[in-house]
Amino acid sequence: MSDIKKIKDDYIDKLNTENNVDKVNNIKSELFGKNGIISNEFKKLGSISVEERKKLASDLNNVKDELQNKISIKIQEIETQEINLKLEKEKIDVTLPERDIKIGKIHPVSQVIDEISSIFSEIGFSVEEGPDVENEYNNFTALNTPDNHPARDMHDTFYLDNNKELLLRTHTSPVQVRTMLKGKPPFKIIAPGRTYRSDSDQTHAPMFHQVEGLHIDKNINMGHLKGCLNYFIKEFFEVDKIKMRFRPSHFPFTEPSAEVDIGYEIKNGKIVIGEGDKWLEILGCGMVHPNVLKNVKVNPSKYQGYAFGIGIDRLGMLKYGINDLRAFFETDYRWLSHFGFDPLDVPSNYRGLSR
Amino acid sequence: MKFTVDWLKNHLDTKFNNNQIIDKLTNIGLEVESFESSTSELDTFIVAKIINAKTHPNADRLKLCDVDIGNDKTIEVVCGAPNAKNGLLTVYAPPGSIIPKNQMKLSVSKIRGVTSYGMLCSESELLLSNESDGIIELKNNKYANKIGERYFKNTSEKVIDLSITPNRPDCLGVRGIARDLSAAGAGTLKINKKSNLKYRGNQNINVTIKKEKAQGCTIFGSCLIKGVTNKESPKWLKDKILSLGQKPISAIVDITNYVMFDLNRPLHAYDADKIDNEIIVRSSFKGESFEALDNKKYILENDMCVISDRSGVLGLGGIIGGTRSGTEYSTKNILLESAYFLPRSIRKTSKQLNIDTDAKFRFERGIDPLSIEEGLIKASELIKQICGGEISNLDVKKIENYKKTIINFDPFLFEKTTGFNVENKELIKILEKLGFNVSKNKKILKLVVPSWRPDITQSIDIVEEIVRIKGYEHINTSEPIKTRLKPTLNYYQKLFHFLQRSVASKGYLETVTWSFTDSKINQLFKENNEEIPIVNPISSDLNVLRNSIFPNLIFYLKKNLDRGFKDISLFEIGPSFKGKNPGDQLTVIGAVRAGKVSRLSWNDKERIVDTFDVKKDVIQSLYEAGINKDDIIIDDRTPSYYHPGKSGGVYLNKNEKNALAYFGEIHPNIIKKLDIKTEGLVIFEICLDYIKESKQKIKDLKSEYKFSDFQKSERDFAFIINKNFKSQELVNIIKSVDSELIKSVRVFDVFEGENIPEGKKSLAVNVTIQSEEKTLNENDLDNINKLIISSVESKSGAKIRS
Repeated sequence: MSDIKKIKDDYIDKLNTENNVDKVNNIKSELFGKNGIISNEFKKLGSISVEERKKLASDLNNVKDELQNKISIKIQEIETQEINLKLEKEKIDVTLPERDIKIGKIHPVSQVIDEISSIFSEIGFSVEEGPDVENEYNNFTALNTPDNHPARDMHDTFYLDNNKELLLRTHTSPVQVRTMLKGKPPFKIIAPGRTYRSDSDQTHAPMFHQVEGLHIDKNINMGHLKGCLNYFIKEFFEVDKIKMRFRPSHFPFTEPSAEVDIGYEIKNGKIVIGEGDKWLEILGCGMVHPNVLKNVKVNPSKYQGYAFGIGIDRLGMLKYGINDLRAFFETDYRWLSHFGFDPLDVPSNYRGLSR
Repeated sequence: MKFTVDWLKNHLDTKFNNNQIIDKLTNIGLEVESFESSTSELDTFIVAKIINAKTHPNADRLKLCDVDIGNDKTIEVVCGAPNAKNGLLTVYAPPGSIIPKNQMKLSVSKIRGVTSYGMLCSESELLLSNESDGIIELKNNKYANKIGERYFKNTSEKVIDLSITPNRPDCLGVRGIARDLSAAGAGTLKINKKSNLKYRGNQNINVTIKKEKAQGCTIFGSCLIKGVTNKESPKWLKDKILSLGQKPISAIVDITNYVMFDLNRPLHAYDADKIDNEIIVRSSFKGESFEALDNKKYILENDMCVISDRSGVLGLGGIIGGTRSGTEYSTKNILLESAYFLPRSIRKTSKQLNIDTDAKFRFERGIDPLSIEEGLIKASELIKQICGGEISNLDVKKIENYKKTIINFDPFLFEKTTGFNVENKELIKILEKLGFNVSKNKKILKLVVPSWRPDITQSIDIVEEIVRIKGYEHINTSEPIKTRLKPTLNYYQKLFHFLQRSVASKGYLETVTWSFTDSKINQLFKENNEEIPIVNPISSDLNVLRNSIFPNLIFYLKKNLDRGFKDISLFEIGPSFKGKNPGDQLTVIGAVRAGKVSRLSWNDKERIVDTFDVKKDVIQSLYEAGINKDDIIIDDRTPSYYHPGKSGGVYLNKNEKNALAYFGEIHPNIIKKLDIKTEGLVIFEICLDYIKESKQKIKDLKSEYKFSDFQKSERDFAFIINKNFKSQELVNIIKSVDSELIKSVRVFDVFEGENIPEGKKSLAVNVTIQSEEKTLNENDLDNINKLIISSVESKSGAKIRS
């Protein structure tokens, strides 16, 4: 027994001072290998008396367990130490910059078109489109603006031929004509898109964006027009209250016609929509003129409704505090980065129109 | 249309104050653009106080005054007045002021070496008296707390400027505006005084309106006024003309202008002695010419309505008179014209000759054809009153009689259109005040439209009149009707929004550029498309519709490079035009990437953008938009503006004419021509119209969900193959060996050079093999390996690299 205890104590001491996994493994085979010290002690068991054997076997097993346990703890200890050392060496400066982030942006005009479409979608409008190049008939004549009418002077038109038959649409209203000609009432559409006028100064660009609205059914009246636009403006500017003024005006294709002003004030150099006592004209609208309905083969004694046209760029300027219309179309990287929207920021009713 | 409240009150009895009038005007559709006093030259003279008057260092008789001019400002003025002393209140004129006495404009000047900012004024300099010895001494009790304020009250009346819509010619005269206001309850329209003019003799200059097809004149009224003394207009008349923003000329001209703005009745006065025998109203002949009152000579086309005499053209009827028969101070006898010209004729002629006058503006919109006599009488009365003379009987020649417009109006249309009800009684009252003659026939109102309202032709116009005068605030705000007739967006609209955001999410900034561009740049990108010039471009470098989205993108890319940006990713989604007819357009995404993928990076190698960067962007975007990646075929047919060896087209079908998309480097010639300075420039484009709408939704297009749990094996192969052989072909050959077992083929190495024969390359592929039914054993794998090698070798001429 004393032999065994001595072996045990010697090896425990050895293991305590050992710091190398290989050497610990060597000790392991020295003790428990084929001819290992402990293995050999077990072999001796067969040659001694039964009584002695029982005692010795028990002692041996205890020693074996103790040493094996010590060995595995030691190995784990050393491995942990080594890993910790390795990790310590691997430490990096995580404050170094990440790989470049490429941030794309959606142009404010596109974002505002999506916002507008989302709002009108909520009240059942669908989106229609028309070509940028129009014929004279769709752009003017069908819209009750005959040639030689001074109302044509309100639009400075780009022409593509000398006969003035082909032109760049001066408004989105020809989409009304196209929509009604190809379908049957009722109609309930908006038509956003590019429009063109040969006008260029600080507040006018030769190309700009409009959204047309048209709702024709059997009993659509000016109250519905007012309700629709009131809803739209409130939703668009994301305010609870809106000060809105309908004011008589004239467009050849609507009768009665109105222009709509919204109330605003300037607070700390910023425009605040919906308050104040100043008025800002934002759109034109009215009841579709019976002559227009006749031109597109809709019976004006059965059907009636409203139409409106809104300047998209201007709405965007107001909502997002953009001062210069011309900058919309100048592709200045700084401007696009500053005023652009994240592509994941898709305007929708349930996620909110804007962040 | 400009006028003063004072002038308005000549026609309207009203208790409304100015602000109420302004609001009312806007509310009935006569939009007030501005309401301001016209500025006066005397506005600049202000009350000031001398704080300290000391002797000028270089001149004993001059003084150097520190002057308090209000708003905490003190300036230094050199003054020669003996009475300039500390504490004196006087009148100060800042630099820029015009001194009434000598009309001199003050400037900052040095007087004997000391700078003087303006001047202190004497009474005589301000034309207040002849007192010129010293500056004005203002009374302390009256002016002590007015320092900095205007010395002269601006007595000019505030001018209302209305923006009149083209349908309302009647409101181009003050009386028409007064009538509208009276209908809206802002007062009572004054009744015109009965004229007690005495006429003497006949208008003995013969007037003929020729009956011609293109005749632009239907009525010509006139009278002779003999023995007038033309002169400067009296003050009241001058003030009226000035308030219109016009310059008074002479009493006769001012009177005709005044009547035009008062009654919307343009008139013209001829010097009767300069008319050769008779007046002939006729159509012009090509080549005829005359000198107009704007001192320009006009050469006429056929069929323009001219007023002529035996010697030729006197003037363009309803547009502009001529110098030959113009009135002067010496004019003794006048022929006064009041006529009706057809709007179409006026508009056509003025457009052809590019003339715009107040008369043209009015005739073009439609003048009251029944106002001929009223205009002649009103002007004659004023001429007689101011210039004297005798007035002949009125002579009115017509070739057409005015036809009344009658509308049978069902009041129910009002409620049907506006959604609210107005009692018949009120409705009739409004119409009558607007000048309608109303009679009732059961429920229907028979309306005779006033002759001054050419815009009113049908019932809906009556609805507008009533609702306009009643006030739009009475229209209810109904809850929006939410009924939906069809989905908000169709397939292509969804695709538009999807691809737009898909491309942006890859780091591209969206831009919006003009649909037109510079033909010189467009030329480089137009391919076989016809050039589409704009007849009247806004500038010569925006003179054609863009045949491609790139001319503008590249132009603005260059601008941003010039701004110092190096790594740029831009895209636009919008129209590109194939022809000049409506619908000859495609919806295209164009994108450009310039510079490097990483720059100044501590951990990544700098790399210039290349074709495979944009290939990834374009393929991924298409994939995200719902196009099956496995259906995509890449081909090297690309437009000529791409680098011919470093660009590709994306097709879904080998024989398709139009690619869905192109990608690659831009042609080096274009970069050189446009002088673009960047390390790398790659572009891609996607044509949305060439993406076919699938009949099924993506959810229905997906194959059945199944997967194999059997072991998969990977094998690598390297082939020596012709340099021009496309890797896509090799992949397809391998896939076709056994489409069940071969799950994927990936090219992982391309190598040319050492150990590879000239004209060849080595392509290494990794093939994943997996069965749906069993674990493949070595034998199975060997078989498929052999099959891959033999298929590739026989179909491509490649050799396996051993």
